Amino acid sequence: MSNRISVQLFGITREIVGSSALTLDLPQPGQVGELLNNLKERYPALNGLRSLLVAVNGEYAEADQPLHPNDEIALIPPVSGG
Amino acid sequence: MVSITTDPIDMNAAYRYVSTDAAGAITFFFGTVRDSTNERAVERLEYEAYDRMALTKMQEIADEACQRWDVRKYAIIHRKGNLAIGDMAVLIAVATPHRADAFDACRYIIDTLKQQVPIWKKEIFEDGQVWVDAHP
Repeated sequence: MSNRISVQLFGITREIVGSSALTLDLPQPGQVGELLNNLKERYPALNGLRSLLVAVNGEYAEADQPLHPNDEIALIPPVSGG
Repeated sequence: MVSITTDPIDMNAAYRYVSTDAAGAITFFFGTVRDSTNERAVERLEYEAYDRMALTKMQEIADEACQRWDVRKYAIIHRKGNLAIGDMAVLIAVATPHRADAFDACRYIIDTLKQQVPIWKKEIFEDGQVWVDAHP
């Protein structure tokens, strides 16, 4: 049973990680907050951002939202459109 | 209609799209690329979008504007890719029977877009690059 989570990266998070997508093999998919903590440990520069949100299937997600292997997951650094 | 494009934004096409006999007012907002930030000369901007989510959010904002005001037609167009000084980065157009609704809905759409829609811009200076608002 694979718990492979893939995460899309944009803007400054893409530059921090050095790739436009990340794949993580986790013991369990877990929750949004756990994924964020995991990524902030691997890439400490993420801690310096003004905010860092996670979108799941195109919607902003709360920290306690559970993740599933087929979810479309993206890191959302502070937006600056317009 | 909402859209994200790498092509230059066509304001005349947007005007034709929102024109309707029911409108007594049409407002436009154009966001354009400014030549400086904090007195530092900007060379160009690079815009990046999470297209799927950005389009969903733009549509939600448009739907909310239509709930709050008597909007008969609207266009929300954001450009991405490399933009030069003076280029149009975003266009909002709103057609309503009366002008107050057109001003208020247009202001709401651009303000909310800037807060919620996953689009990012990087300012390219002569001596460096900055993702706008990324750091405290």
